[in-house]
Amino acid sequence: MMWAAVLVTGVGCYLLKLAGLSVPGAVLERLVMQRVADLLPVGLLSGLIAVQVLSTGAELVVDARLVGLAVAVVALLLRAPFIVVVFVAALSAALVRLV
Amino acid sequence: MNLAPDPEPALDRAERSRIVRDALGVGIASGAYGLSFGALSVAGGLSIAQTCALSLLVFTGASQFALIGIVASGGSPLSGALTGLLLGTRNTLYGLRVGPLLGWRGWRRTVAAHALIDETTAMSVNRSTRAAARMGYVSTGVALFVLWNLATVVGALAGEAVGDPRAYGLDAAVGGAFLALLWPRLAARRNQLVAVLAAVVALGLVPVTTAGVPVLAAGGVAVLVGAVRQRSIPDEPTLGGEDPDSGGHESGGRE
Repeated sequence: MMWAAVLVTGVGCYLLKLAGLSVPGAVLERLVMQRVADLLPVGLLSGLIAVQVLSTGAELVVDARLVGLAVAVVALLLRAPFIVVVFVAALSAALVRLV
Repeated sequence: MNLAPDPEPALDRAERSRIVRDALGVGIASGAYGLSFGALSVAGGLSIAQTCALSLLVFTGASQFALIGIVASGGSPLSGALTGLLLGTRNTLYGLRVGPLLGWRGWRRTVAAHALIDETTAMSVNRSTRAAARMGYVSTGVALFVLWNLATVVGALAGEAVGDPRAYGLDAAVGGAFLALLWPRLAARRNQLVAVLAAVVALGLVPVTTAGVPVLAAGGVAVLVGAVRQRSIPDEPTLGGEDPDSGGHESGGRE
């Protein structure tokens, strides 16, 4: 199942890229499509963050991960590079679990 | 690296080396991102081979992170794949923008399509000539593909050596990674509202649906807001007036 997901994502993402380079612009250049395409990553990423940080299975949980996310916000406000943001989020959550 | 006969004058050496230098810089920056992807993917339960296959075949960071994030939190691989595909639609719009600029046909376009992502778009849309746009696209694409995949392997091996992901806060790292991807998109007020609404809807669905569904519903919120706004304001004065770069690349070059 995992391999199927890997292949589906790989082939699908490639076809989405190829379509962009191949399709005449008129269809997708409509304003509504632009808006949706602009907002879709925002909604998905935000949903991913919420689920990733505040849930375990089917339960809502507040734990060390939320501290990690808060520290990530601070790192981003300080314009830290990607790897630093990820690292301090992990480090702070691990430290909270130690105490 | 000139992939096609070109009607415009060739690039001079100085510009060429400047573009290649920039491309290497972008590649190295995303290499760091590839390290975290590799480590988190293995921590999320994928094998090293699956992790490497994702970077080789999918080659668009946000989609890859979405897939492993959903699988790590107990969602089905296919709902992870679906979320990854939805995030991948953004590359289609990049193609509409850079396609006419690059002007490739046939096998060149077929190959070039694989590298159509945030960074290559950012490194080619701002060029004044087709030769420079192609140079930016190809050099960034090659640098990224090589470094991204190398970094994935190294990260995956390191992730496996580390062991229990929770002890090192790696589960919290995934949230941090998604936030870093979202961050550059939060400048516009409308995007902030959608982000909050999507998070609330996703959390509301967590207790009552199977894993994977809440995230897809969060994407649905974005689609609804995008569509409804269009209907309620039929005569928008300028195309994407409040968000001039709508549908385009992020200046940070991150996915």
